[in-house]
Amino acid sequence: MTREIAVIAFAQTDHRRTTEDVSEVEMLMPVLHDVLEQTGLKTADIDFTCSGSSDYLAGRAFSFTMALDGVGAWPPISESHVEMDGAWALYEAWTKLLTGDADTALVYGYGKSSPGSVRDVLTRQLDPYYVAPLWPDSVALAALQAQALIDAGETDEPALAAVAARSRASAAANSRAQLRGSVPQGDYVVRPLRTGDCPPVGDGAAAVILAAGERARELCERPAWIRGIDHRIEAHGLGVRDLTDSPSTRLAAERAGAFERPVDTAELHAPFTSQEVVLRKALRLDGSVNVNPSGGALAAHPLMAAGLIRIGEAAARIHRGASDRALAHATSGPCLQQNLVAVLEGDAR
Amino acid sequence: MPEVLTAPLVVEFPFTRSLGPVQSAFLTGLRERVVLGVKTADGRTLVPPVEYDPVTAEEIRDLIEVAPIGTVTTWAWNPAPRRGQPLGTPFAWVLVRLDGADTALLHALDAPGPDAVHTGMRVRVRWAQERSGAITDIACFEPYEGDPPELAGHSGRFENMVTGIVAPARLDYVYSPGRAQSGYINALSDRRTVGERCPSCRKVYVPPRGACPTCGVATAEQAEVGPRGTVTTYCIVNIKAAHTASDIEVPYVYAHIALDGADLALHGRIGGIPYDQVRMGLRVEPVWTAGARYPDHYRPTGEPDAPYETYKELL
Repeated sequence: MTREIAVIAFAQTDHRRTTEDVSEVEMLMPVLHDVLEQTGLKTADIDFTCSGSSDYLAGRAFSFTMALDGVGAWPPISESHVEMDGAWALYEAWTKLLTGDADTALVYGYGKSSPGSVRDVLTRQLDPYYVAPLWPDSVALAALQAQALIDAGETDEPALAAVAARSRASAAANSRAQLRGSVPQGDYVVRPLRTGDCPPVGDGAAAVILAAGERARELCERPAWIRGIDHRIEAHGLGVRDLTDSPSTRLAAERAGAFERPVDTAELHAPFTSQEVVLRKALRLDGSVNVNPSGGALAAHPLMAAGLIRIGEAAARIHRGASDRALAHATSGPCLQQNLVAVLEGDAR
Repeated sequence: MPEVLTAPLVVEFPFTRSLGPVQSAFLTGLRERVVLGVKTADGRTLVPPVEYDPVTAEEIRDLIEVAPIGTVTTWAWNPAPRRGQPLGTPFAWVLVRLDGADTALLHALDAPGPDAVHTGMRVRVRWAQERSGAITDIACFEPYEGDPPELAGHSGRFENMVTGIVAPARLDYVYSPGRAQSGYINALSDRRTVGERCPSCRKVYVPPRGACPTCGVATAEQAEVGPRGTVTTYCIVNIKAAHTASDIEVPYVYAHIALDGADLALHGRIGGIPYDQVRMGLRVEPVWTAGARYPDHYRPTGEPDAPYETYKELL
């Protein structure tokens, strides 16, 4: 059954606090054109298109259909959409390629957090009976998880500050990132999390192209082969879960083959510093692994694109020979509720 | 670069949701100041109770009363409460494992400051004065050092069980239309209709959205269209809508209008002609009211009708 499928191109916008000067499609279109140009493909050469976004960010029903204007959906295309991070759109596209129904796929994710108040918007994804009526915002829920880790002796505030500092220092080399270099830790937003422990709020988009087998080798000098990809979800009740651990990440990584051989790079989607602590443990990443060379989600966090960007960044390192085997992770929901893990490899050199 | 246009956008909706038997019992219990959990097959007690075991997905229905007192399992001090949250003064978010439960409930803890809160502290429910059968019937938790009360062991059956909740939700946005639409809106304030031309297929889009949806490329070249146009198709509206101005009498006609030079029809109301005389091909022009930023409606120009061939591609 197995076809080899690779990420063959990746592009992202500059991630900014606000993009009020452009519409969603105006923000997204340049990255779509960018990945097409990298491969020399035209829209007509793409067998399947899949996107990830959330109408709640724009506050407008079906806003994602407008984004298709940037794809050029005529003659009619084979297309799908997930109301979550583009990483899950990539998973759908990967399954489509596996079936043999398609040889190439365009995957994109985009989000403009600036029109609304993202801390409040994200409360709408919670249990509508027992939790959402209390409006616990995204930082508050992450802070409950951070305190649980501190109580368990797994981290402390200086260690969290070090995660923040390292992420943004790495981002200094990433011109696309929103927070780069030295960023003060600031005051408590919701204790124990300070401003520096939280992701920047911003707008951005990303796109990748997938291709199967020989098609990937024709279009890309060093394809980033998806050796495994899997996603798992935990119970939605926060009080049911052990917030200091991420069994869903561990299981997804196991199924994706992450533990079969060491990886040299890991791009983790940890919007909060405390979540990197959980993910490093679940993924058994030691000091030998280059974690978030891009700066990760603490440097740029365009919702619905940030997870896809992890896969794109990992793939891009393989494309340019900076990595041979990389792990990419994406998350969705409160306190790492749902997690996707992909293992990417370049051909042996 | 002209000034960026923005406008407030409020999305507000009272979500009416029905309850399953376990949720109904739990929320009715809160109304009656009783906290219920649900038993799993392997003997765990889940509070708040759910209809299905999160581990095995088994249907679970076995209710059991637990204490309104419990232990904080983790907490987070919130110095700046936000709209809709349980308390208006700084408070701690807490997960509380009630005595008799194996899982924790999320809520707010009223405490004087972060130094008064720690994991492992004992807390009890503070009931809301007005209770209707909702999670907010628990106003919040408060620190408590006393003994747990004797439980009578409630059956989970109450008079007038609640069968649904109404959860109002409101989100506030600041909408900005982007480059292409802003140009269109700005031109309208000079009573000009300006679309954008696709550099590839040469079609003129009105209103423009910045991209040609058939070619997938950016549009930039501005093209003024109209002011006159042709009705390509229409419908007769017989029902008054809440948002239509009170001076619009039903029935009225709402039409697709292809402005001269545009390759896309826009929508508008047709006036100045009895509703049953509007037809495809009717030539119309915009009618502006004083101070308006867009045409109030379109009226017949008196020209002969446009031949079908001239607008059939725009239907």
